[in-house]
Amino acid sequence: MAHVKFDHVSKSYPGGHQALTDLSFEIAQGELAFLTGHSGAGKSTLLKLIMLMEKATRGQVLVDGVNLERLAQRQIPYHRRRIGVVFQNHQLLFDRTVFENVALPLRISGYTSRDLERRVRAALDKVGLLSKEKLNPIELSGGEQQRIGIARAVVNKPSLILADEPTGNLDPKLSMEIMKLFEQFNDVGVSVLIASHDLQLISKLKHRVLALGDGKLIGERPSQLEGA
Amino acid sequence: MSATRNQQSKITAQSQWQAYLQHHKLMAVDSLSRLLKSPSSSLMTWLVLAIALSLPMTLYVSLENVKQLSRTWDQTSQMSVYLKEGTLPRFADELTASIQQWPNIVSAQYISPEQALKEFTATTGLTDVIEGLEANPLPGVISVIPDLKTQDAAALEQLEFKLLEQAHVEAVQLDLLWVKRLYQFMDLGQRLVWALAALLGLAVLLIIGNTIRLSIESRKDEIRVVKLVGGTDAFVRRPFLYTGIWFGLGGGLIAWILLSGGLYWLSGPVERLISLYGSDFVLHGLGFTDSLLLIFDGVILGWLGAWLAVSRHLSSIEP
Repeated sequence: MAHVKFDHVSKSYPGGHQALTDLSFEIAQGELAFLTGHSGAGKSTLLKLIMLMEKATRGQVLVDGVNLERLAQRQIPYHRRRIGVVFQNHQLLFDRTVFENVALPLRISGYTSRDLERRVRAALDKVGLLSKEKLNPIELSGGEQQRIGIARAVVNKPSLILADEPTGNLDPKLSMEIMKLFEQFNDVGVSVLIASHDLQLISKLKHRVLALGDGKLIGERPSQLEGA
Repeated sequence: MSATRNQQSKITAQSQWQAYLQHHKLMAVDSLSRLLKSPSSSLMTWLVLAIALSLPMTLYVSLENVKQLSRTWDQTSQMSVYLKEGTLPRFADELTASIQQWPNIVSAQYISPEQALKEFTATTGLTDVIEGLEANPLPGVISVIPDLKTQDAAALEQLEFKLLEQAHVEAVQLDLLWVKRLYQFMDLGQRLVWALAALLGLAVLLIIGNTIRLSIESRKDEIRVVKLVGGTDAFVRRPFLYTGIWFGLGGGLIAWILLSGGLYWLSGPVERLISLYGSDFVLHGLGFTDSLLLIFDGVILGWLGAWLAVSRHLSSIEP
């Protein structure tokens, strides 16, 4: 079963702006795919539809076989808990420590402090920032902040990770580190969908690429990994 | 197999409940510490709430004291039942005896015209004038003292009508007509307390609602992130509800301090004033129940105000 499936999805905003037009594609379980396109091509809208931050105007979005259109309003939080999101501007909260930032999804899901501490430390260790747990995120560099954002996205052990321009503000070396991190999660079976306009970086990695233009799928490069 | 699964789900439910309690505790502490981080603005809000809460309570306490005071006066209120001219002393005595048998009558005493004239002469010293009169102008009077402990204005009125209906009765005068008026005023006062309490309760709701709205506004980013990582509405609401509760509790406590302090400050002069009237009146302060009620009202209003604000504004913040 496809992890994420878009079936003739269109999205238009009030005022007439057509963000996506008749879009169909699938992301398989355990697949890592890139989503490219110039800004305004509909990358963010696509991710928002998966997160149910927006609803499709036409067509259907399925995640784990569940038609998101049929999800009740009160089910939305539980849907989101199964997905890890990473943003370009990382969306960290500067009124609390790194630890509390990463712990937030666990507090929401209802973990007790003992379980929570173990998981937060494991996630921070994974992104190599265990030593910074007591700092305020504002004291960290851009690359470190992004890694904290990733730690927060994976702390709940989601089966799907969405990233919206995760390397937008970073230099090539840091960007590559971040991408390697996503590959590591993918290696243990997590599906990953990364929206990025950094074609140079994407071309170095041999994963599947979906190219969006004006809300339509205008090109696709299959994965060039061996055995894929 | 199924046994293990059952056990697992039990443990999960239990730990979920623990986590829920933990989060409540965390939010309670966190929202209080946020309030204390900006002490001057929090104190301002607390004071405004305290004033709004203490005003109706002040009126209520005053009213309770007036009621208590009026109770001591009630006991001395007296009705004069004037008999028709020429009523024979025999009938007057009969009527007096029968009134005495009525329920809620402390005593009834007949004062004959001759007796009345004698008393009048003695107290006024107008002997010459009175001796010059051809006939005694004073009517016979039955002085009735009703037991008013359990009676209100309506009961007094009923008694008055009943007395008027008796044979030989010309007129009934409630010597303490003002007792009746006092009851009316207290009735009015009671309504005033309720109206004021409702209005100021609404004011408390609005004050807290507005404060919470600002707090929501300043934590917009946080709400967005929480919603994005799967926070339910209840989770998002929780810190703001606790903020409302803390505001209400603080306001209630300060209101209690203001009122108790005010009553203590007044008790000396009031007691001195009352003692001049020879009454054993004691200024009643806030009882334990009233104190609890005041603080509880604050908490409930705080919670409700926060709830209203959060329900109104939270849906507008979507990721």
